[in-house]
Amino acid sequence: MKKRIWAGLLTFTMVATSLAACGGTQTPSDTTAATTAAPTTAAPKATEAATEAPETEAESTEGKVLNIYCWNDEFQGRYEDYFATPGLLPDGITVNFIITPNENNAYQNALDEALLNQDSAAQDDKVDMFLIEADYALKYVNSEYSLDVKGDVGLTDADLSQQYQYTKDIVTDSSGVQKGTTWQATPGLFAYRRSIAKAVLGTDDPTEVQNALSDWDKFDAVAEQAAGKGYKMLSGYDDSYRTFSNNVAAPWVDGTKIVIDDNLMKWVDQTKDYTDKGYNNKTSLWAPEWASDQGPEGKVFGFFYSTWGINFTLLGNSLEIPEADGGKAEVGNGCFGDWAVCEGPQNYFWGGTWLCAAAGTDNIETINSIMKTLTCDQATMKKITEDTQDYTNNQAAMNELANSDFKSDFLGGQNHIALFAEAAPNIDMSNCSPYDQGLNESFQGAMADYFNGVVDKETALETFYTSALEKYPELTK
Amino acid sequence: MDNGSKSRIILKIERFLCYLFLAFLTVLSLFSFYVLIINATRAHPDIQKGFSFLPGKSMLNNLNSILKNKNLPVLHGIANSFIVSGSTALLTTYFSAMTAYAIHAYEFKLKKAAFLFIMMIMMIPNQVTTLGFISLMGKMKLMDSLIPLIVPSIAAPVVFYFMKSYMEASLPIEIVEAARIDGSGEFRTFNQIILPIIKPAMAVQGIFAFVGGWNNYFVPSLIIKSANKKTLPILIAQLRSADFLKFDMGQVYMLIAIAIVPVIFVYLCLSKFIIRGVTVGAVKG
Amino acid sequence: MARPVKKKAHKGGVNYSRWGYFFLLPFFITYFIFSFVPLVTTFYNAFFENYMSGLTKIGPNFVGFDNFKSIFGSDLLKYTRNTVILWLIGFIPQILISLLLAVWFTDTRLRLKYTGFFKTVIYMPNLIMAASFSMLFFALFSDNGPVNLFMIENGFFKEPFRFLAEIWGTRGLIGLMNFLMWFGNTTILLMAAIMGVDINLFEAAQIDGARSSQIFKYITIPSIKPILIYVLITSMIGGLQMFDVPQILTNGKGTPDRTSMTLIMFLNNHLFSKNYGMAGALSTLLFIITGILSLIVFKSLVGSPDKDGR
Repeated sequence: MKKRIWAGLLTFTMVATSLAACGGTQTPSDTTAATTAAPTTAAPKATEAATEAPETEAESTEGKVLNIYCWNDEFQGRYEDYFATPGLLPDGITVNFIITPNENNAYQNALDEALLNQDSAAQDDKVDMFLIEADYALKYVNSEYSLDVKGDVGLTDADLSQQYQYTKDIVTDSSGVQKGTTWQATPGLFAYRRSIAKAVLGTDDPTEVQNALSDWDKFDAVAEQAAGKGYKMLSGYDDSYRTFSNNVAAPWVDGTKIVIDDNLMKWVDQTKDYTDKGYNNKTSLWAPEWASDQGPEGKVFGFFYSTWGINFTLLGNSLEIPEADGGKAEVGNGCFGDWAVCEGPQNYFWGGTWLCAAAGTDNIETINSIMKTLTCDQATMKKITEDTQDYTNNQAAMNELANSDFKSDFLGGQNHIALFAEAAPNIDMSNCSPYDQGLNESFQGAMADYFNGVVDKETALETFYTSALEKYPELTK
Repeated sequence: MDNGSKSRIILKIERFLCYLFLAFLTVLSLFSFYVLIINATRAHPDIQKGFSFLPGKSMLNNLNSILKNKNLPVLHGIANSFIVSGSTALLTTYFSAMTAYAIHAYEFKLKKAAFLFIMMIMMIPNQVTTLGFISLMGKMKLMDSLIPLIVPSIAAPVVFYFMKSYMEASLPIEIVEAARIDGSGEFRTFNQIILPIIKPAMAVQGIFAFVGGWNNYFVPSLIIKSANKKTLPILIAQLRSADFLKFDMGQVYMLIAIAIVPVIFVYLCLSKFIIRGVTVGAVKG
Repeated sequence: MARPVKKKAHKGGVNYSRWGYFFLLPFFITYFIFSFVPLVTTFYNAFFENYMSGLTKIGPNFVGFDNFKSIFGSDLLKYTRNTVILWLIGFIPQILISLLLAVWFTDTRLRLKYTGFFKTVIYMPNLIMAASFSMLFFALFSDNGPVNLFMIENGFFKEPFRFLAEIWGTRGLIGLMNFLMWFGNTTILLMAAIMGVDINLFEAAQIDGARSSQIFKYITIPSIKPILIYVLITSMIGGLQMFDVPQILTNGKGTPDRTSMTLIMFLNNHLFSKNYGMAGALSTLLFIITGILSLIVFKSLVGSPDKDGR
C-alpha cells in the first residue's frame, strides 16, 4: 500500500516536471508571439505616429483615452480644478484615473504589470501617464518605460527653469535625462512649540532658536537642556530620519554593494542616545501617541515637518476641539498659535508626487499640455498655493509669495513661506538611488529593535542586511 | 431526594460558571465591534488623540464624506462584493460537495490518486502561486474582470476535505444504494437526496467562503482596475492610502463599519439556517 | 482501504464508476486551468535565478540547487520555529475552548439558554478583515491605548507596557488575535459534527448512568473524529500559512528582531522583487514540510493515511 502511494507521488512529480519543462520552453515563444502580434492588431499607424513623430499630425492621431495610473486621488483633484475645469482638455479625449491603493505594494505591482504588458495592450488600455514617489522614482526613471520630458514630451528648458533643482534630480536618470516633473515642492523645516522654547532657551524668536539648533551638536545640547526642564526633544525614533538620510555623502549602493552612510549611523547613535536618556517618547510616525505629542498636552520640543505637514497635519493635531466637531482653527483652541518654524540642523524634504509619461502612449500632446499647465505654469501654480496652501514647484511664484506680507496665525504671525523658499533651493538629492524605498524601510525597521533594547547594534545591522538582500537579490553586503 | 437537590445545585453552579465564561467571551468578541462603531463616529484628529469609550459627534460627517466621494463607489463596492462572495460561496460548496461525493460514493481506478492529489495541493500556500496566477490571467485577458475572483473557487481542496469528512461521518452509502434501487439517476440522487442531507455542512462552508470572499484583498487588488468593479476591501485600502489632505481615520472606520453590516446580515441569516438544518438532519436518525 | 464499506459499494457500484470521473471533472478542469500552471511553474522556478531588478528581468538562469542552499543558509529554522510557536499560542486555547463550548452547547443536561446568541457572537470576530482587526488591536494595545491606561489606573503596570516592542508581547497579541478570529469557526465546525451524531447514542449513555466526562471521552470524541482531524489538519495548514495578522500587526517586518516573522512572511519578502527562484524553492520546501507534518498527524490519529476515518 505504501508502495502505491510513493508510486503515485512519483508519477505526480514526473508529470509535474515534464509539464513544467513544457511550460518553460513555451513561455518565451508565447511572449514573442504576443509582442510581434501586437502592432498588427493594435492600430499600427497610431503607435508609430505617437512614438516617432509626436509633433506632426497630433490632432488626428491622438488616442481617445488617456489612462493615468496613481494610488490616490490627490493629483486627480489638481487635474480637475486646474486643467479640466478651465477647459484645457481637447474634445473627444477621455481621461481615466486608475487608482490602486499603495497598501502591500499593490500600486507598484499593478503598475509594473501594466507597463510590462504595455506592448501587447490595446491602444486604449495602455498606460499613458503614471505617478511616482521620490523613494522609488529611479526604478521607473532608469527604465525604458518612462519618456524624456524634454525630448519626448516636448517641455522646454524655459518651461522647467523655475522648478526647484532637487525635484528634477530625483527624476533624472543615470545619463542625465529628466523623465518626470512635479507640481509640488516639499522642503522641510523644524517646527517647535514657542512656549517650550521659551522655557528651555529663554526665547521663542525663530532666528535665535535657529542659532541654537543650527547643527546636530547644538541640537543635542538643547535636547539635554530640554530634558532638564522635563521636556522631550523629539517624539519618536524616525522623526529626524529624513533629515539625516537626505544628507548622505553617497547613494545607498556603490556598484552592487550596500554602503551605510556615516550620516545614517549618526542618526542611529543619536536616536539610541536620546532613547536611553529619555529625550524622546519612543513613538512612531503617524501613531496616535505621536499625534497627541503635537496636541495641547504635548511635552515635545519640536517636529521635523515639511510644507504639507505643517499646514495640515500639525495644525490639525494642535487643536483641542477638531474642526470637524465644530472647533475653529484659531488662537485659543489647543496650542494653535504656539508653534513656529526654523530651518533646523540640515535641509531635507518630505513627500511629493511626480508625473511621468509612459513609453507607448498615443496622447503626447495632451500629456505635454497637462505637464506644462500643472507643473510649469507660474500663474496656475501660484493659484494652487493660494487656493490650497500646497507649496508648489515654481521658484518665481513662491518667491513672490515669500516677499509678500503673508502671515500665519498658526505660527504666531510668522511668514513661513519665506523660510520654505529659502530652504528649498538648498536641498540636494543628487545622492538618491532606486533602492531608497526598500533600504530606508529595512534600515529603520531593523534599528527600532536596537532602540527598543531587544538586540545590540551588530545584530540590528545584520537584520538590516538580511532584509535588504531579500528585497534586492542583486545587491551585496 | 437529598442527592437530587444536591445535583440540582451543582448543575446550577455549573450553569452559572458556563454563563460567566460565555459572557466573558462575548465581551472579548464584541469589544472590537464596539471600538469600531465608536471610532466611526469620531473625527480624525480626535481619533489620533487616543482612545475613547464615548462616541464622537462626527458620524454624519464621516458618512457624508464617504458617500460624496466620487472615487469611492461604495454602493458598487457592496454590489461587487456581493456578486463575488455570493457566487464564490455557491460554487465552492456545490462543486466541493460534488467532488467529495465522487470520492466518497464511487469506486474507480484513479480514486485514490485523485484523493491523494487533492490532499497534496491543499497543503500549498496560496501566496505561492499568486504572482503566476496574475500573469496567467493577463495572458487569458481576464484582467479587470470579476471572473478570476469567482471561478477558481470551484476547485477548493479545503472545502472538499471538509465535505469528505462530513460525508464519512454522516452519509451512509446505503442511502445512495437505496436511491439507486428506487431508480433515481446518479445526478438526481446527488442533487435531490445527498445535498439536503449535507445541508449543515454546506451552510457552514458557505459562510466561511462568503466571509473569505468578502474580506479578500490581495488578489482582487491586483486584478481589478476600474473603479466600478472594485470590491469593498480595495475601497478601504484606497481610503487608507489617501493623501495627507484627505487621510481621515474616522472615514476609514466608517467604511469598515459599512462594509461589515452586509456580511453580518448574511451571517445571521445563514447561521439560523445552520441550526435549522441540523435539527432537520437530526430527525432523519 | 476500509474494506467492509468499500466492498459493499463495490458490489453495487461497478457500473457507476464513470460517474466518479464525471463528478470529479469540474474540480480538476478548474484546478488545471487556474492553479496548476502557476503551481508547476512555481516548483520549476525553484531551480532558476529569476527575479526583477526594478523593471528589468534577471534570468531565468538555471542554477541547480543554489536557491535551496541559500534558503538553508538563511534563518529558515528560526522562521519555522516562530511559525509553530505563533500557531500553538493561538491553536491550543482555540481547540480547548471550542471543544468545551461545542460540548456545552450540545449538552442536553446543561440545557443552556441563549445558545443561539452566544454561537452567533463568538463567530463575529471572523467577519472583520484581518487588516481592520489589526488596526483595532494597534489602537487597543498602543502605549496610551485603553489596555495600558486600564492597567496603569488599576496599579498592575507602573508605566505603559510596550506590547509591540516586546517579543512575547507581540507573539501574545498575534496568538490572541488568531484565537479570537478562529475559535468561533472551530466551535461551529465541532458543533455541526456533534449534532450530526445520532442523538440516541447520547441518550442511551445517559440512561446507562454515564458521567459527562465519560460521554465526552467515549462517545463524543470518537464520533466526531473525522471532523476533529479535519480541524487539526486545516488549522495546522492555516498555521503554517499564517500571514496576514503578523504581517499587518508588525508592518511586514516581523518585529522585534524577526521573532514574529512567519514562513509565509519570509516568502512574501522574496515577492517584493518578484524573486520567483527563491520563492519557488521556499514554496517547495514548505510543501514538503507541510506534507510530512500532515502525514504524521494522519498516521498518529488514523493509523494509516489511506484508511479513511470511518
